[in-house]
Amino acid sequence: MALSHEEIYKRIDDVLVDALALDDDEVTPEAKLVSDLGAESIDFLDIVFRLEKEFEIKIEQGELFPANVLENADYVQDGKVTDAGMEELRKRMAHADLTEFEASRDVEAFSDIFTVDTVVKFVEGKLA
Amino acid sequence: MRWIWIDRILELDKGQRCVAVKNISLAEDVLHDHFPATSSRPAMPVMPNPLIVEGMAQTAGILVGHARNFAEKVILAKIGGAEFTDIAVPGQTIRFTAEIDRIDDAGASIQGHVEVFDSAIGPAQARPLAKIELLFSHIDQNRAGLDFPEHNFVFTEQFMGLLQRSGFGE
Repeated sequence: MALSHEEIYKRIDDVLVDALALDDDEVTPEAKLVSDLGAESIDFLDIVFRLEKEFEIKIEQGELFPANVLENADYVQDGKVTDAGMEELRKRMAHADLTEFEASRDVEAFSDIFTVDTVVKFVEGKLA
Repeated sequence: MRWIWIDRILELDKGQRCVAVKNISLAEDVLHDHFPATSSRPAMPVMPNPLIVEGMAQTAGILVGHARNFAEKVILAKIGGAEFTDIAVPGQTIRFTAEIDRIDDAGASIQGHVEVFDSAIGPAQARPLAKIELLFSHIDQNRAGLDFPEHNFVFTEQFMGLLQRSGFGE
């Protein structure tokens, strides 16, 4: 039986509480993983492993958090994501809302894309 | 003192599990500071918990490195949790069992179980000492703009020699 949105959210809440050593009430749909919940780069690998186990899914490297796009010189110039970079991000991140990021395109603000809701949408997409 | 907190590898099941032991000796300086005598009690040598975590990290690091034929530089990236239920003292043996939970190109997660047994009683009577969760990074796959030396500075002669002496060398 397919998992409901609420069930997926609850399980992701538990995953994030465990991976980031949070209190239960810190996780909200809008919470940003890095700036609000204190995630560091290695935590993303931890979160991916825990999601794979929790939902019995396979997540390829860079699938949920494609930070490697920003290491490509064609996609970033002077600290801003280029048109080609934005196109690549849209292609690889159907689960994320890029509207706010599009306005600044500032590489430093890239991590703000990753909210709890982004993770929920990603898992829903994998399970669909 | 050398930074090696396991003495021998007992089992190495590629990509699955590694079991190692550490014999605790009063010759180790650290035990004389943890804890020294005070005016109200005698010295109380106890194996420090952070060094037990290190022993598990070394056991698990060998397991993760061996899984990819030591081609990756395997770095301890995160201690997901470490829960201790007992203490270990000189004359006892600590047994580390590391099992791979997940492994991919980016790294690996490990579930670790630590037990302790008394030399006078034997391994059959081992009792639980700790549960430790570790996350390792294959650091060349996660450079994030950083460069590391080409040679594998993780798996030095110290660890490869231990593998050989334990009967798991090339």
